[in-house]
Amino acid sequence: MQIVLNILVLGSIYSLISCGYVIIYKVSRVLNLAHGELMMVGAYLLLTTASAGWLGSPLAAIGLALVLSLTVGILVYVLLMRRMTGESVLAAVLTTIALGILIRGAVVLLWSAQHHYPATKLHIANPSIELFQNAKLSLISLILIGVTVATYAALFAFMRFGRWGLRMRATGQNALLAAQRGVNLHAVYALAWGISTFTGAVAGMLIALDSGLDSTIVMIGLKAFPAALVGGLDSLAGAIIGSIIISASEVILIQHFNPLLSDAVPFLILIAMLVIRPWGLFGTREELDRV
Amino acid sequence: MSDQVHPTQLSTVMLQPASRSARTIFVSALLAVAIIIFPFFATPFHLDVANQILLASIGALSLMLLTGFAGQISLGHAGLIAAGAFTAGILSKEAGAPFWIGIPAAGATGGLLGLIFGLPSLRLRGVYLAVSTLALHFIVVYAGGEYENLVGGSGGILIPPPSLWGLKINTGKAWYVLLVAGAILAFLVTWNVVRSRTGRAFAAVHGRETVAAALGINVARTKLTAFVISSSMTAIAGALFAYYRGFVSIEAFSLYLSIQYIAMIIIGGIGTLPGAFLGALFVTLLPYLIETVVAHLPGAQAMAGSIFAVNYAAFGLVMIVFLVFEPSGLVGLWRRLERRLLIGRQSP
Repeated sequence: MQIVLNILVLGSIYSLISCGYVIIYKVSRVLNLAHGELMMVGAYLLLTTASAGWLGSPLAAIGLALVLSLTVGILVYVLLMRRMTGESVLAAVLTTIALGILIRGAVVLLWSAQHHYPATKLHIANPSIELFQNAKLSLISLILIGVTVATYAALFAFMRFGRWGLRMRATGQNALLAAQRGVNLHAVYALAWGISTFTGAVAGMLIALDSGLDSTIVMIGLKAFPAALVGGLDSLAGAIIGSIIISASEVILIQHFNPLLSDAVPFLILIAMLVIRPWGLFGTREELDRV
Repeated sequence: MSDQVHPTQLSTVMLQPASRSARTIFVSALLAVAIIIFPFFATPFHLDVANQILLASIGALSLMLLTGFAGQISLGHAGLIAAGAFTAGILSKEAGAPFWIGIPAAGATGGLLGLIFGLPSLRLRGVYLAVSTLALHFIVVYAGGEYENLVGGSGGILIPPPSLWGLKINTGKAWYVLLVAGAILAFLVTWNVVRSRTGRAFAAVHGRETVAAALGINVARTKLTAFVISSSMTAIAGALFAYYRGFVSIEAFSLYLSIQYIAMIIIGGIGTLPGAFLGALFVTLLPYLIETVVAHLPGAQAMAGSIFAVNYAAFGLVMIVFLVFEPSGLVGLWRRLERRLLIGRQSP
């Protein structure tokens, strides 16, 4: 039972992170390899707002950090990625890689390389809860699962019914036609970057509240990428399925074979998927040929 | 830069063949003299830096061949370097194999891995290919870590200094001579490949695969050839690195290393061979440059602990600046300056 819970928690973490990859890819065909780093920025922003005494409650600190993360995402597009529109896909990917390296350095300079515990700063207790017999879960993990479900529900509703969601889908399908129909492409792209960073930051904050925060959190972000690709890089529903596949194989293999496999498993599955079905379980095949 | 061709510019273009080759000869002669006299004046520290640059340029040349000429992106360069280093290390430790076995063995391992790294390229393009090489990087690193665990301890492998024709190569100067020879050899190999039929096939596949296929080029074989040659050279660079350091540990081969090599070819100037050298020079020197600058800043003591973070940040920033403002790299910058100077000189 404990294994199932572990898979569920890890799957939620991956889902929450991988939707960020999907949103940006779906809308702008850019693969954001700085997503793990942007997620880390979100978590560190919470550390800063948690230290600010004048905010009062932990909820206010989390709220402010979330707003800041959204702003960071939009700024990344406006200041940097906007210049890469129209450049080759590869140049854009390399730019995100460079941005990731820049962020890694900047985070250590701003917040130091120590292991931080935002949860104790916010006075949030993290008791473990016995859900079933011999199967425990920490409170934050439980919240994490709930938040993931809520986030995906909100994203589905937004993409399906929202005015801006419609614009985002239209831009993703054909940017030129969308622009001719009066969609403000830069606004759509900026929004995609904002939402993506926002959801990533939510994941980063919850991970940091659960198990502390240092720069190794980036690796979790990178491991969520295979999840997005296995599901199909342009499919939100696929991201959930992909995350569960990745987390299940990771948890089971670590438990029964070798903990060292942890970093390699998601990428082994990624390779297998690229060989069998490169566009992922739920991705559209046409996307691949456009790359 | 305007798109219109200025009359003077046209004349420089027409003047170029003769003056250009003369200048190339002049520059290479100057460079050759500098390379020869360098070890007589250099301190051991400078020799070490020069050796690092030479090692990096071999790796950068092989990535340039793959990405700059054949147009196949790879994020798994560090994995291939690790594979070469570990091949040399394991052979030396388990079988006591000498240098002249370790290097070809590393090349063979690299070639084989290149075939595997290249297989996804037959079906995937662009970003998807980059991702598959990224995945292979993690798998190679995992295998290396597993080996270290198996042998016991996470200490890595010690390699005794190699000897060639009875000469022990254990001084900075000896290494310098060997690595200069290695870098020249690597340059000649890539130069010849680029100018051959294979190289033109690379260019065609880089340009447009469909057209290349229509011209009778076997696209799949061309791609695999690019991967095999490049990976083999990369692994040899890795083996040289292992011998040079006398120590291999999987810690040294992070994703950051792959990114550094990509940065070298971008900063140097993608699709040019001198660019590989310039990029290797720049990226290897950058940390030393930063260290010097930081040491002269106020509060240097406080910064000392986080110098690696300054490196990361500066490195990312430089890479972004080149990607956004000068995508053709240092070579492109140089050519533009050169043209401007020439026009300045010729117009009255």
